[in-house]
Amino acid sequence: MNTMSTTFAPTEAPGTAPAFRLRTMSHTNLAAVAAWGGAAAVTAAWPDQTSWLRTSLLAIFEVLGALSLAIAAFALPAERLPWLNRLAPWFTALPIALSVWEMLTAKTGLLPLPFFPPPQAILEVYTDDNGRLAESAARSMILLVPGYLAGALTGFAIGVAVGWSRAVSYWGHPILRFVGPLPATAWLPIAFFFLPNSWSASTFLIALSTLFPVAVLTSSGIKSVSSSYYDIARTLGANERFLVTRVAVPAALPHVFVGLFMGLGASFAVLIIAEMMGVKAGLGWYLQWAQGWAAYANLYADLVLMALLFSAIISLLFFVRDRVLAWQKGMVRW
Amino acid sequence: MVTATHKTAPEAGITGISVQLRNLSHWFDKGSERLPVLDRIDLDVAAGESVALLGPSGCGKSTLLRLMAGLDAPREGKVGADKVRIIGPDPSRLLVFQDPTLYPWRTIRQNIALGLEARGLACEHGHRVEATLKQVGLEGFGTALPHELSGGMAQRAALARVLVNDPGLLLLDEPLGRLDALTRLTMQAELLRLWQDAGFTSILVTHDVEEALLLAQRIIIFSARPARILQEIRVDAPYPRHRDAPELQNLRRDILETLGHSHEL
Repeated sequence: MNTMSTTFAPTEAPGTAPAFRLRTMSHTNLAAVAAWGGAAAVTAAWPDQTSWLRTSLLAIFEVLGALSLAIAAFALPAERLPWLNRLAPWFTALPIALSVWEMLTAKTGLLPLPFFPPPQAILEVYTDDNGRLAESAARSMILLVPGYLAGALTGFAIGVAVGWSRAVSYWGHPILRFVGPLPATAWLPIAFFFLPNSWSASTFLIALSTLFPVAVLTSSGIKSVSSSYYDIARTLGANERFLVTRVAVPAALPHVFVGLFMGLGASFAVLIIAEMMGVKAGLGWYLQWAQGWAAYANLYADLVLMALLFSAIISLLFFVRDRVLAWQKGMVRW
Repeated sequence: MVTATHKTAPEAGITGISVQLRNLSHWFDKGSERLPVLDRIDLDVAAGESVALLGPSGCGKSTLLRLMAGLDAPREGKVGADKVRIIGPDPSRLLVFQDPTLYPWRTIRQNIALGLEARGLACEHGHRVEATLKQVGLEGFGTALPHELSGGMAQRAALARVLVNDPGLLLLDEPLGRLDALTRLTMQAELLRLWQDAGFTSILVTHDVEEALLLAQRIIIFSARPARILQEIRVDAPYPRHRDAPELQNLRRDILETLGHSHEL
């Protein structure tokens, strides 16, 4: 085994190693391949209680899982192997969980339908209803992206003004303190009444939910900038514009990104509720529609898609932050 | 006055700025009370002179530097630079703090270019940044970030950030206070060399008697807060000075006596 040889011959000089050595799999990789194989066997060999359309497709995916892991273990260059070894426990746990779920639902029926669909039922949603899901995801993004960007930009501008100017802070800060704690969803009836259509009302609410945390964090970030940073710039001949754009804003950026992160979470919540209440399209609407038809597999499929989409968006935000704040020492990674 | 007599090579073109303090008093408002900081200070510093302000911690020396930098306005009395009343900060009078206070989001080069950038001179005078990096011994660190530098190197970068602007008056607020003993010695020699080369007026706040004796032509001793001038001591020894020179040892004794620490000898 790989692990054995490295443990017992750590000082083996590169020159003495054979030019080609058949690579052996580590224990963890082997376990992962076995787990996927086992899951495929359970799915394919154990007959379903009620017939499901995509049982064989699920088994094929599980076989593909086992094969791709085995190929990766042999074909990956040596420097990428630690990456595979690190993830191997996850690659093992995943098929085991899948098998347990499979056995409790499709194979034995211990968990009742329609509340507990088997994995192949969810797979079936992705193969048979992907058009509607894709359209829902697109509709959600059309609401979320403009709303979030508008809210983030407005919140940033308000935050800079409140954080920098005493006059703006005198009037603006109490308003933020008073109105800010209202959840954006509380404005829902008013927004749907005053704004011409459900798209503009929802965009407004998403923007509002983003605006508040971004404005508060930006202004507190700017207020907490060390006064010696300003002293330095003032003696060096900086005007007020330079102090705001080159000193206050860059120094406050770590706070701003916390605000953007919090605003993103709030905007997801508002998006889903707005789609359930009035928009009649999007991933939130799909949830309600699936529930109405007692189509629980569709509901779970939608939840998984949402989780993927939203965590991808958050990862994107953190990717941007890691680039912008690369100067920070010991930054926490997402 | 021994101004410039011991300077080895005063650079042509750059002239120091003289400083005039006239009956200067300052206080902070603490609620309804006044917290007096400076008490009727009169002082003249000649152009190109090197003066040390010595006194107990927290006596108001840093406040005095801020007034000379134009960052604060005095409550009473006048502060003048080249006999013109100071009404605000100016790139000809620059401060170096105890902390380097480099902007952490800027590289060392960008930090040093700050003053040129703020005044819109970055394009014309960009080459001076490189020259100044070299002057303070930071060649090759232009693209480093402040957190990657040691304390001594960061303080060199802070010095470069002001020197690149060719200041006529350099206000040094315990610039070596946070450095370890060995780095301190190197940096003291460095400060001396920079002052000798550049020709600016240097006002150094310190509570290290030895540092004052090594660097300054004149030492002004302040009382505890509110700061008053207790004594002025002229140090005529030629540069570079040696810390063990008997004349410095005698002056050191006098100074500690004035400060009320004669028992520590």
